[in-house]
Amino acid sequence: MKIENSSKDMSKSDDFSASTNKNRQSSPNLKEISSRFIDPSPDMDKRDFIKKVLNGAIAGSLFLVFPMSTPGGGNFEKNSTLKDGVSTFDPTIELPEEIPGIRDQNYDIHKHNFAFIVDITRCIGCGSCCVADKREYNVPDGNYRTWVERYVKDFDDQVYVDCPNGGLDGYQKPRDDIPIGTRDTFFVPKLCNMCKEAPCVQVCPVGATFLSPDGFVLVDSDRCVGCAYCIQACPYSVRFIHPVTKTVEKCTWCYHRVRRGLLPACVEVCPTGARKFGSLNDENSEVYKILKGPGVLTVLKQSMGTLPALYYMGQRLEVV
Amino acid sequence: MNPTLYEASANLSHGASMLISNYVFPNDLHLHWSMMIVLYPYITGLVDGAFIIAALYYLFDVKSLKPVARFSLLFAFAFLCCATLPLLLHLGRPERNFNMLLTPSPSSAMAGFGYIYAVSMGVLSFIVIFVYRPDLVERGKKAKGFMKLLYRALTFDSNDLSEKALELDGRIIRFLVGLGIPVAAVLHGYVGFIFGGVKANPTWSTPLMPVIFLFSACVSGISAIVIAYIIIRKIGGLSVDSDCIRTCIKTLTGFFILAFSFEMLEVFSHSYLKTGYHHMVEGLLNGPLANSFWLWQVKLCSGIPLILLGCMAFIPLKDAIYTVISGLVSAILLLQVFIMRWNVVIGGQLMSKSARGYTEFHPEWFDKEGILAVIIIMLIPFIILFVLGKVFPFWAEEIEKRYSINQ
Repeated sequence: MKIENSSKDMSKSDDFSASTNKNRQSSPNLKEISSRFIDPSPDMDKRDFIKKVLNGAIAGSLFLVFPMSTPGGGNFEKNSTLKDGVSTFDPTIELPEEIPGIRDQNYDIHKHNFAFIVDITRCIGCGSCCVADKREYNVPDGNYRTWVERYVKDFDDQVYVDCPNGGLDGYQKPRDDIPIGTRDTFFVPKLCNMCKEAPCVQVCPVGATFLSPDGFVLVDSDRCVGCAYCIQACPYSVRFIHPVTKTVEKCTWCYHRVRRGLLPACVEVCPTGARKFGSLNDENSEVYKILKGPGVLTVLKQSMGTLPALYYMGQRLEVV
Repeated sequence: MNPTLYEASANLSHGASMLISNYVFPNDLHLHWSMMIVLYPYITGLVDGAFIIAALYYLFDVKSLKPVARFSLLFAFAFLCCATLPLLLHLGRPERNFNMLLTPSPSSAMAGFGYIYAVSMGVLSFIVIFVYRPDLVERGKKAKGFMKLLYRALTFDSNDLSEKALELDGRIIRFLVGLGIPVAAVLHGYVGFIFGGVKANPTWSTPLMPVIFLFSACVSGISAIVIAYIIIRKIGGLSVDSDCIRTCIKTLTGFFILAFSFEMLEVFSHSYLKTGYHHMVEGLLNGPLANSFWLWQVKLCSGIPLILLGCMAFIPLKDAIYTVISGLVSAILLLQVFIMRWNVVIGGQLMSKSARGYTEFHPEWFDKEGILAVIIIMLIPFIILFVLGKVFPFWAEEIEKRYSINQ
């Protein structure tokens, strides 16, 4: 069974880690990289120096947004391939382990348990998560695996919600179409809720959508018939039909990355830590501490009885 | 989208503030079920309604329906042949459609369609073959070459038309029709449940949905039979049996009162109970669906037929006038059921699951699921019916003259 968007067979994780170690030894260290960008030779004038610093800063910021780029200076295009309109990246690239207890170990799918927490109070609406997600999966325009909504509340307690281009461009300007003064603004990232009682899994006529034993709702694109019944059934509207493959797609919490000990792409790039992901088997993980702690967590549309594994911190009453 | 429209509709309820920004989830802007999914329950509904007419004659012995009984079976068969076409056109990967039969997911309502459809098709085919056996035997005797072979195959090479054999046929037909009624009810009630089982959509998620679909199916099927019977008989220069038409209309009246009552009960329930996202449903019916629901489905296509059916029931009318009004009422009711399907399927999806706004739907002409495709699919059953008419005669007069068949 082919799992949606997984780049390589998971059974090759040992080979992957071996090659990762090899690469780690051969890759240049940070000092060498910086010396290529900033050459402190006396004959360099001030203008050239500033130019190079600026170039370095821009390149550095791109590294933050596109996490697939290698520390050694490789870029996404070089290390990735496109298959059926879906991007896959080369797992031999050196990437540090982000979720402990997965890499270099036998993955017992029945024993793992993960959680995703969105902290609304931390989200600044920059849209980096949406950009990272679009790059990770080559998401077609007009469809969204994840998006960020903007809520604006005026002094009459009217709530204005918008999400232009799924928040991909970031919320750089305030809304100017609200007649009364704005009392409060907040941003709400949305993604798959990975329901334990998933309506999409229930209604799929061919079992192409399924709940994996480690708690991920995934789509087998080789079995999907494209009937869109799951799209109707999903209360959170996180699914869409891919215009090329004509099968359904949705957020997978980057299952292919998680199985390699990496965080979901959106979590990795979030500059404020509004998106949190981790293993509930790891008592040191942030999500474990939050979930087992006394803080208030909520889920979306609780009355639907879908039992989401996506939790929200600081969620307002206005959020649907 | 005109924001003032929704602001106006939003003021209808205290949930109004939610609609102020008309916010639609990004993946809800595009409708995923379009006209083919409107057509699918419409076609299965026509099949069910037509089958009900046949069942009333063959099982419940309503003698006055004899002139249309055989034709109803053929009509149902022709449309049942095309019931899967809209679904195949709708699927993103139609080449994988057999996965639903080969590897069905037992938890899915949709997975049962293939089996229910196959059983319906099997039962209806056998009913047609047994009902037409005397005709087929007679025609087989005169036919030559391929047609002779076809008639032999359709009669299972049995040309016994003795009284005993015909009596056995009658018993088999009654058994098959008796089996066919629950199968037909399941076929269409199940189509209603496909919508009723979607809890994420407040307009669909009601146990009334299968009931509404079932009764409206009977309305559309009976209406279609009345129109087709009148038109085909008139074109062929044959007389129209007024007793038969009157019985059809009486049956139609009963089913339409039930269907319309349940349709209104659903709206009333939403409005009275005010559960869940009722402000969205009210905003939908008074906003994007104000015309197609209140004006077309309720006022024009339900109100006028109710008045006309009332007149036909209480005022003694001449046969010719009765026939003309019957055709008119049936045509309006066919439209009513189509609009009802539209309002359920398309209307239900116009509401975003954000509970804050509505999207729009503009049908295209030349799309895979466009208007032209709808027209073509609706024409195919009539072509099939025409071809079937060459092998299975629509009317029973001819054969009855030779045999005293009590079917």
